[in-house]
Amino acid sequence: MSVEAREKRQPWILLSPALGAVTMLLLVPLIFIVVYSFWLRSATGPDVVGFHLDNWESTLTDPFYRFILFNTLKIAAITTVICALLGYPAAYFITRSSGNKMLLLLLLMLPFWISYIIRTMSWINILGSSGAVNTFLMSIGLISSPIQMLYNEVTVILGLVHFLLPFMVLNIYVSLDGIDTNLEDAATSLGATRWQSFLQVTLPLSLPGLAAGGLLCFVLGAGTYITPLVLGGPQDAMFANLVFEAIITQLNWPLGSALSMALLLVLGSLVAIYNRFLGMSQLTKGLG
Amino acid sequence: MDNTKRYERLLERYRNGDLDRRRFLGLLGAAGLAYGVQTPFARMALAQEVQQVRFDGWGGVVSEAFRRYAFDPYTEETGITVVDGTFSGGDEYLAQVRSSQEGEYNIAHLSGVFDYARYVNFELDVELNIDNIPNMSLVMDALTNAFRSITPDHLSAVPYNYGTTGLAYNRAHISDEEIREKGASILIDPAYEGKIGGWSDWRTRLWYAALQTDQSPNDIQDMDAAWDAIRSHRDLALKYWGSGAELMSLLAEEEIYVTEGWSGRIAALQEQGHDIGYYDPPNSFGWQECLFVIKGSPVEACEELLNFMLEPETSIAVAEGQNYPPALDGTKVDLGDKIPTLPAYDPSGTLEALTFADPEYWNGNEAEWSETFSRVQRGF
Repeated sequence: MSVEAREKRQPWILLSPALGAVTMLLLVPLIFIVVYSFWLRSATGPDVVGFHLDNWESTLTDPFYRFILFNTLKIAAITTVICALLGYPAAYFITRSSGNKMLLLLLLMLPFWISYIIRTMSWINILGSSGAVNTFLMSIGLISSPIQMLYNEVTVILGLVHFLLPFMVLNIYVSLDGIDTNLEDAATSLGATRWQSFLQVTLPLSLPGLAAGGLLCFVLGAGTYITPLVLGGPQDAMFANLVFEAIITQLNWPLGSALSMALLLVLGSLVAIYNRFLGMSQLTKGLG
Repeated sequence: MDNTKRYERLLERYRNGDLDRRRFLGLLGAAGLAYGVQTPFARMALAQEVQQVRFDGWGGVVSEAFRRYAFDPYTEETGITVVDGTFSGGDEYLAQVRSSQEGEYNIAHLSGVFDYARYVNFELDVELNIDNIPNMSLVMDALTNAFRSITPDHLSAVPYNYGTTGLAYNRAHISDEEIREKGASILIDPAYEGKIGGWSDWRTRLWYAALQTDQSPNDIQDMDAAWDAIRSHRDLALKYWGSGAELMSLLAEEEIYVTEGWSGRIAALQEQGHDIGYYDPPNSFGWQECLFVIKGSPVEACEELLNFMLEPETSIAVAEGQNYPPALDGTKVDLGDKIPTLPAYDPSGTLEALTFADPEYWNGNEAEWSETFSRVQRGF
């Protein structure tokens, strides 16, 4: 075998374990889900094998699924915007801090050491009728009976922001950290105020990080189902909750497969649009 | 059948005069020869012998009681290890079983007769030899008959405990008189808007909707009225709870004042000192739990384990731990002091005072109603 041929094969040999894992753990199950989505659930429970478009038809045309999908995208979008507004100043502060940058980054990573479910449930102890906020307000005499703060769309968004904020901060931080600070100094020396240099130099250069963080927050937010389950009221549901209900509660795996594929296609399209304009490299930078 | 039993039967036949001495010795010799020939392969065969049985249940005090009173003595007697797993919900567990290999899951502590019917529909049942479970004679017939209505020619489970889903209420805000007067309708009383809870289970929601619209839960004629009652409840409710722990937390923290709740969980709250009342309105939702043997399991080993689990000592310990009365008939077994005080306990052993869901009726409508509930819950 020639050296050239060996060099050509080498990357594939090195990549083969990862490719094998992706094929077996992602592609094959995905194919199963696609196949399942064309089956039907019989009235007694077992699936009816075949090629039926019923699940896809109801997924794409039923106003109920459209409503929940739009609601999901709305919640994910609001969460992403809040994460961006809160995350940018935090990331900027970490980047510009000199002595305690590592400590701040460690603090940022700290929530990842605690289970996401526990972090979500912690809001019950904070905002509940006998939670910290109500207890404090009552103890200072500001209110006489507890305010109902939990189990609505606002608390769902709050829980999602709590979960996703570190992803946003990390992505923006990576982007800001890569910007040469001399550029800001140069802008200032040319007469720009600090605010102008931020708006016209730093912010545009950090936009890829902001976009990467936004994409991550949006995709993860739109795919969540624990948060509405724990912090939502009876009517608060996101699309993943419908997938869960179809598969687990209704045992309708074919419909659940069609719904999950629909969500995957919607979120996949967003990733594809992002990739078209900004490329995936920024995303991987943010993931460390 | 093991070899010892074969030899015993051979000896018995010889003693009864069914075999002459020459034939008896000949058969013994043949058996010895066969054993000698197969011995090298026996080690491989041993790998196929039952070495462990998997049990899946709800965890917590129940698992501890099972471990202490049933699993450890069973292992001591049979040498078979019991691996116990837990699940948080029957639906989720069925999804796991469906996607597993046969034999991976053996015995499960399942809810209601619905689950029994669902497992049978998915052809996940086995045929138990009740003769191998002598403690079944202590179980209430009313509970066993519910399973026999689904599989008339065999049983794939033994009943284990029962309870009700009745009304749980905070006595500081709702009096005993008020709950008796309003019954199930208190869950759609606007006076308690934002302080009402409810289980996210579609069956329970529809059951209580039937009670709220004065219909029989096992024969709902006006479905529109029932769905409207569910909508009313949804609009007034603060939260649909999804687990017993969440139910207890919502009541204990006074997030909600009234909800339907599981009798055992409410008894546990009362034990903890919370002033929570429990009331079973007329036609309150009665249910039972069973120990189901799943297809592909080592049936004989499972039967033996089920017998251990049905021992009065084990059943009573588990019942006291989880606050649900055992399936044992109180007229046949002394159930001690605590069990007769538990909510839903029926001293007659007939369970005539409780209303159980008709599995044929409810499972027959499951596909349509569970999906409709999903929509109604979200405002449709």
